[in-house]
Amino acid sequence: MTTANIPASTEERASAGTAQQAQHGLTEHSHGAGAPDHGGSAFDTVASFDVADHVVPRGREEEWRFTPMARLRGLHDDAPLDGHDYEVSVDADPRVVVETVEATDPRRGSSGYVPNDRPSARAWAEADKVLAITVPADVVAEKPTVVRLRGLSAEKAAAGHVVITAERFSQSVVVLEHEGSAAFADNIEIVTHDGARLTLVSLQDWADDSVHLSHHHVSVGRDAVVKHAVVSFGGDLVRTSVTLDYAAPGGDAELLGLYFADSGQHLEKRLFVDHNQPNCRSNVLYKGALQGAKAHTVWIGNVLIRPAAEGISTYELNRNLVLTDGARADSVPNLEIETGEIEGAGHASATGRFDDEQLFYLMARGIPADEARRLVVRGFFTELINKIGVPEIAERLTATVERELALGEGLPAATSTTH
Amino acid sequence: MSTLEIRDLHVSVETEAGPKEILRGVDLTVNSGQTHAIMGPNGSGKSTLAYSLAGHPKYTVTSGEVLLDGEDVLAMSVDERARAGLFLAMQYPVEVPGVSVSNFLRTAKTAVDGEAPKLRTWVKDVKEAMDKLAIADDFAERDLNTGFSGGEKKRHEILQLELLNPKFAVLDETDSGLDIDALRVVSDGVNRFTAGGDKGVLLITHYTRILRYIKPDFVHVFVAGRVAEEGGSELAEKLEEKGYVDYVGTPA
Ligand SMILES: Nc1ncnc2c1ncn2[C@@H]1O[C@H](COP(=O)(O)OP(=O)(O)OP(=O)(O)O)[C@@H](O)[C@H]1O
Ligand SMILES: [Mg+2]
Repeated sequence: MTTANIPASTEERASAGTAQQAQHGLTEHSHGAGAPDHGGSAFDTVASFDVADHVVPRGREEEWRFTPMARLRGLHDDAPLDGHDYEVSVDADPRVVVETVEATDPRRGSSGYVPNDRPSARAWAEADKVLAITVPADVVAEKPTVVRLRGLSAEKAAAGHVVITAERFSQSVVVLEHEGSAAFADNIEIVTHDGARLTLVSLQDWADDSVHLSHHHVSVGRDAVVKHAVVSFGGDLVRTSVTLDYAAPGGDAELLGLYFADSGQHLEKRLFVDHNQPNCRSNVLYKGALQGAKAHTVWIGNVLIRPAAEGISTYELNRNLVLTDGARADSVPNLEIETGEIEGAGHASATGRFDDEQLFYLMARGIPADEARRLVVRGFFTELINKIGVPEIAERLTATVERELALGEGLPAATSTTH
Repeated sequence: MSTLEIRDLHVSVETEAGPKEILRGVDLTVNSGQTHAIMGPNGSGKSTLAYSLAGHPKYTVTSGEVLLDGEDVLAMSVDERARAGLFLAMQYPVEVPGVSVSNFLRTAKTAVDGEAPKLRTWVKDVKEAMDKLAIADDFAERDLNTGFSGGEKKRHEILQLELLNPKFAVLDETDSGLDIDALRVVSDGVNRFTAGGDKGVLLITHYTRILRYIKPDFVHVFVAGRVAEEGGSELAEKLEEKGYVDYVGTPA
């Protein structure tokens, strides 16, 4: 087995992956292609635009084994995705072009993404409009372009499609906000051309009844610098799958994630970084906190380094802070390396409960327990919020973390890391 | 005047083999204006006494009392003890990533005083206290204790002592791991703290070295979880010469 596969389920675990040779090739394949030599690989997926190629997942499949299927409201099955019970508002930089275009618009599909699971293929097939955000070449945007989707009801499921194009040497920040009630499946394509610098933040601050299955595909252009951040607070079930590859050498990708799960919430973060070009870089940092009975987070971080990807460096890290008993964090980094000619590759995963010694130290200086917890959790996320580096939303993220913590006040602190 | 009274204190810790008694009847009274040195060999229970006074959850008080001006300290939570005027400078200060020193100091000061310090004077007070302890300015923006050297951690404990200004301070081996310059700087800090004559200090140490800079009024020799002998500063001189053999060798 050439995949470094380290499940770290609600236990203190850390690992550092090292370069390993692998003899088998890429693991994307079209339906029916079989590819027996990929058996057991973490990267086995079916890629197809045809919904019929994706069988209805039942929950035992590798990619769905953590997901509570019964709460998907049929997004993975046959529930119609024709709902339109949502409002979209846009606050764009004056030089960034935001338009609603037909599904036939050529920008759709320009990232090279092919749906890799059934909800994604269904959203692709059923989204009747596309929101196209284009940062023209050489434009340096002065303010973030913010698109806010407000769901009005989770009764009827809906599908969405967004294409963000950062043209040559443009510099911009795009924020996609989600709030309110919805059952939503969408595909977000993020295309960066040569030398572009783009920060994309997707914020899920849904109401408690929302379900959101979201696929992001990032295509990193030559020497482009992409920062991609997923921030999940609200929603009954939010599952984000981010895939990323490189259109040319020299790309630099930073993939960030922040999530905070409360009682009963299921927040699932999946990543697949495909190092398919030489001399590129990827850096993944996802941090989560959990509190309350049946709060569940899942992080699956897949990195594939193909034979062509010489001279690349990659590192991925997931950290989870379990604040109370009854919460569960699953964390699985996978690193598959098919060339020895790389600069560096590593991964680590650590899930731990709140540190009693830290709490004691702060309280021994007169700081009450709740405030001490707030300080530590705020500190846990501060690094990440600083890395996202968008001052316009930093304060809001900090405030939301504190609002989440306030919800958990009075819950007994975690007493052990295993359940 | 304030008094910290420790009466017949018994403390145990949980071990795999069941509870293990570490403190076996400690009696000690510290009045404001006094400095008491507690000296003892490794493992005699000095840190256990310090942590028990501060309320660390690892230690269980099985009997005895701790009173601060007649108030039951053992009934107070960790933070309440600090706000009542007890301070523990820890032997191994804890690293808290993501929490800056300046944010921590302001939060702690606000908690012990019950109101936020006046911003202008506070910034000045912090800066002055840091200068006196030879702590570089950029420490204020660093993460609390994170990556600090042993000596930096100890100086930072004394910085907190001076800024939070408690009634009683327990200093657990604040001298260990310090070079002679740092020892002097730290001792000067403690002496500034006690200069007004209204503070009580429990100075826990393994060595007599720090007693050249901080003069104790009383010395207690701590062996096997209780005070084995008490006296004035002459007792420290005796320990300097003979070490703890007399105590460790004899049955308790
Ligand atoms: N969890 C534990 N299980 C078993 N024994 C323990 C535990 N915690 C502390 N002890 C024991 O309690 C005793 C007292 O420890 P303590 O740290 O109070 O000593 P000390 O006098 O401060 O020593 P030092 O000079 O090394 O700082 C030691 O023998 C120690 O091994
Ligand atoms: Mg000790």
